[in-house]
Amino acid sequence: MTGWAPRLRRGARLGFDPVRRTPVVLFPEGVLVLNSTAEAVLRSCDGAATVPEIVSVLERRYAGVRAEDVLTVLRGFAARGVIQPEEQA
Amino acid sequence: MTQPPLGLLAELTHRCPLHCPYCSNPVELVVRDRELTTDQWRSVLTQARELGVLQVHLSGGEPLARRDLPELVSHASSLGCYVNLVTSGLGLTEERMADLAARGIEHVQLSVQAADPARADLIAGTRAAKHKRAAANAVRAAGLPLTVNAVLHRGNHDQVGAIIDLAEELGADRLELANTQFYGWALRNRAALMPTKAQLAAAEPIVRAARRRLAGRLEVIYVLADYQESYPKPCMHGWGARQLTVAPDGAVLPCPSATVINTLEFENATRRPLAEIWYESPSFNAFRGEDWMREPCRSCERRSVDFGGCRCQAFMLTGAAENADPVCALSPHHGLVEDAVQPVAELPFVMRG
Repeated sequence: MTGWAPRLRRGARLGFDPVRRTPVVLFPEGVLVLNSTAEAVLRSCDGAATVPEIVSVLERRYAGVRAEDVLTVLRGFAARGVIQPEEQA
Repeated sequence: MTQPPLGLLAELTHRCPLHCPYCSNPVELVVRDRELTTDQWRSVLTQARELGVLQVHLSGGEPLARRDLPELVSHASSLGCYVNLVTSGLGLTEERMADLAARGIEHVQLSVQAADPARADLIAGTRAAKHKRAAANAVRAAGLPLTVNAVLHRGNHDQVGAIIDLAEELGADRLELANTQFYGWALRNRAALMPTKAQLAAAEPIVRAARRRLAGRLEVIYVLADYQESYPKPCMHGWGARQLTVAPDGAVLPCPSATVINTLEFENATRRPLAEIWYESPSFNAFRGEDWMREPCRSCERRSVDFGGCRCQAFMLTGAAENADPVCALSPHHGLVEDAVQPVAELPFVMRG
């Protein structure tokens, strides 16, 4: 996992829904309504930052960030087809 | 508490150059002169976005049959919606695809009927296979993600492995291997389409191996043959919960096959605002929550998992939409489904009109 630098899959994009007043991620055949931490995780997925780097970016913004929680969130996004999975690092 | 919908399935037309016997469109197709006008579709899209829809599936029939498709794509995209094109690929030239992509199509779902042209054309009821490669190339040239969708049934289940190879060759990002769900024309052809237990068992390890081999390159989604499962699917994630369908004539439906439930009266987008239909209409409220449930659903631990399955299937097979989906082994009507999966002699298809 150390080398994994997640990035959004082709066709996925972040947006803001003015109707729900929440950030969302839109992708082929799917929509996820995001909370602000999930949005921050996804915004860090630029294909360059590794998971530990993403964790340290989040630590500067949020208190009590745990690396294993970030990894769980990332794996959840990979399972939903939002970001490239780990094997492709 | 009813939430706003996330998705809109816009069935722009029932016209289609293909005649697949498993088509989920209703057996009584909407004819061209009853289709919504361009302005009416624009209004549906605007209202859908205001209501909360973020994902629009432009489908049919064949959406390319609508001359105003480019204009509708531009409109849906300008509203901020993610716009999917669901197509047979017939008529999808590179030029047309480039224009649609520039107007805001973000993803294309392309159907294939089988792995080889002869079989595919037999199933489609027309010479369709030769157009698929050009269509896939056009999608890739436009830089868009491509989903290949193959409906599986007795007449092509033996080709699962070859269909996976075809999707890989076509450069797909996603492959949906969807066992036939028995609605519309598919219900009429149920006996001819029903896969055998042996076919389903043979497909399972092939799909599993492909998933492992293609991980990160081609996502393989396998939609189960629900008649052969012990529990029903969580159909639409619940009635009127996440998505709505607008039929070619403007009928507003909780799911594409809902019109089969002829005890409900469905409203039309040309006569009532979409938001009112979503939140207040008797048809959308009919099976929300759990109060409508009968036993065995009413006291079942799985009622929050599968919502009692599919209301249309319950209605079509048992005569009452409030019954448990008879796919469920706990349903007193489950014998109807067990009978339907018994092997029968080879039957001809009734092709879709």
